[in-house]
Amino acid sequence: MSFPWANEYKPANGLTQWLDEKLPLPRFVYNAVGAGYPVPRNLNYMWNFGVLAGFCLVLQIVTGVILAMHYAANAGVAFDSVEHIMRDVNWGWMLRYAHANGASAFFVVVYLHIFRGFFYSSYKAPREMIWLLGVVIFLLMMATAFMGYVLPWGQMSFWGAKVITGLFGAIPVVGEPLQVWLLGGYAPDNAALNRFFSLHFLLPFVIAGVIILHIWALHIPGSSNPTGVEVKQESDTVPFHPYYTAKDGFGLGIFLLIYCAVLFFAPNMLGHPDNYIPANPLSTPAHIVPEWYFWPFYAILRAFTSDFFFIPAKLMGVLAMFSAILVWFFLPWLDTSPVRSGHYRPLFRKFFWLLLIDVAVLGYCGGAPAAEPFVMISQIASMYYFLHFLVILPIVSSIEKPEPLPFSITEAVLGKDESAVLNANPAAA
Amino acid sequence: MADEASIDTSGVTGEGVRRRDFINIAAVSFAGVGGAAVLLPLVSQMAPSADVLAQSSTEIDISAIQPGQAIKAVFRKQPVFIRNLTPEEIAAAEKVDTSSLRDPQTLEERTKEGKTNWLITMGVCTHLGCVPLGAGEGEVKGEFGGYFCPCHGSSYDTAARIRKGPAPKNLEVPEYAFTSDTVVKIG
Repeated sequence: MSFPWANEYKPANGLTQWLDEKLPLPRFVYNAVGAGYPVPRNLNYMWNFGVLAGFCLVLQIVTGVILAMHYAANAGVAFDSVEHIMRDVNWGWMLRYAHANGASAFFVVVYLHIFRGFFYSSYKAPREMIWLLGVVIFLLMMATAFMGYVLPWGQMSFWGAKVITGLFGAIPVVGEPLQVWLLGGYAPDNAALNRFFSLHFLLPFVIAGVIILHIWALHIPGSSNPTGVEVKQESDTVPFHPYYTAKDGFGLGIFLLIYCAVLFFAPNMLGHPDNYIPANPLSTPAHIVPEWYFWPFYAILRAFTSDFFFIPAKLMGVLAMFSAILVWFFLPWLDTSPVRSGHYRPLFRKFFWLLLIDVAVLGYCGGAPAAEPFVMISQIASMYYFLHFLVILPIVSSIEKPEPLPFSITEAVLGKDESAVLNANPAAA
Repeated sequence: MADEASIDTSGVTGEGVRRRDFINIAAVSFAGVGGAAVLLPLVSQMAPSADVLAQSSTEIDISAIQPGQAIKAVFRKQPVFIRNLTPEEIAAAEKVDTSSLRDPQTLEERTKEGKTNWLITMGVCTHLGCVPLGAGEGEVKGEFGGYFCPCHGSSYDTAARIRKGPAPKNLEVPEYAFTSDTVVKIG
């Protein structure tokens, strides 16, 4: 489970020794995120985002539990209770803005975490399970964020709920009964709001559970690193504490600076003014869009405007939108190159940046009105998105000639590695 | 199995059915069926409750709607469009070749006999459920003169049939009946 040279936990006094015999929790923490976990010495700042995502979850749970103390999940008073939080509750405005912007911050760091995985092929063996669990966490996050956005019961909340539950209506035969069952009515109303609140409270704890599995799975092979070369020897690693607790702490400081700047100076920058209008089932806002973090997927949904053979356009859009994430589950087997890191894969690297641009274009189109030229651009960008994963990636993996890899992490960092010299020329020993 | 006695071989390992196997399967099956039965209320509680189902019909006075005008009414907490078509709009709807439509229907099939000018449809886009524009005063009616959904750009014609955009079906015609010349009962 860990490298043989990992530091061993030694209880410092009688109390911790007693505890270690009865319930070795300090030992567990020491081995998980303490000095007992050896980590590659060459991790760059892209490896900060896992810890930041964990921080965001804690931030969301703390602010969320407090907001739930003041919020009322009833269609009659939900909107007013949110205004009550904003105007009357002590520090309520700050807690709500912290929660709303915390969701955005959570998605920012998780997207960076995912793109780190793309570039360094963190999903490759032996780390497939970590990746699969990560995709599950992302899906749970999307569900949680969506249901949270419904709770203020403003116009965007209501119509977002209507549109997203409408997605299920696209499923043949069972779709419409399923949609009515999910909403507990024919349109979003009290029943839907209540169950969304209940699930919005529950799911973050489910996410926390899957994160524990995610980290458990991570600790079996140990962390990946920017070279993609596996750890060979003790000189390739440093203990997590104090080296990466310090590095993550610094990253957390930078993150908090940016987060607080948005929280205190532009708290509504990422929101929609329409959500400060109480929900009105008889009037759809002229331009309804989800929150920014769903835009790329929303663009894929809207890209299908005509029937595809016998599949209706609506079902096609829904299938494509879900497939855009489900395709990530197959990534460890679509990318067959034995080299992990994008640093040593010249062709892969170019397509990685193209994918990033493609997702940015999809994101822009998803936030734009459903009109030309955005529809056509999203169609092309959606096609490229799937082309990247299903065609380009397997082909690049098989035709690309990777650049030479360093012998070890130590060599990559220091420029030389004595055991590499020994390896190349045993006579020198 | 030869006879009862041969089953009673408790303590014998290897092949053959033991009494304990029967008890095991019976107990697990019983618990399984019981557990599955508990799912029924857990799943069923999500379906619309009695008070939601009770809002099943609405009566609307349509006497004030002039030709070319439309109103939005509420049925099951969802909007209903009641539109008094002008002769030009009726002609435009009848001119269309139904075989060219995504969801082929004539205006006659979508209205009551002798009341072809009264187009009564749900105001719920068949794509993802937004309320299309076109029923209110001064709202955009889209390029086919009926309704236009601002969410994803579906356009409906003067018979509220889908003509362009992602929606798969025409705007739904709810069950309704004219209780008199000026009152319509929906549901």
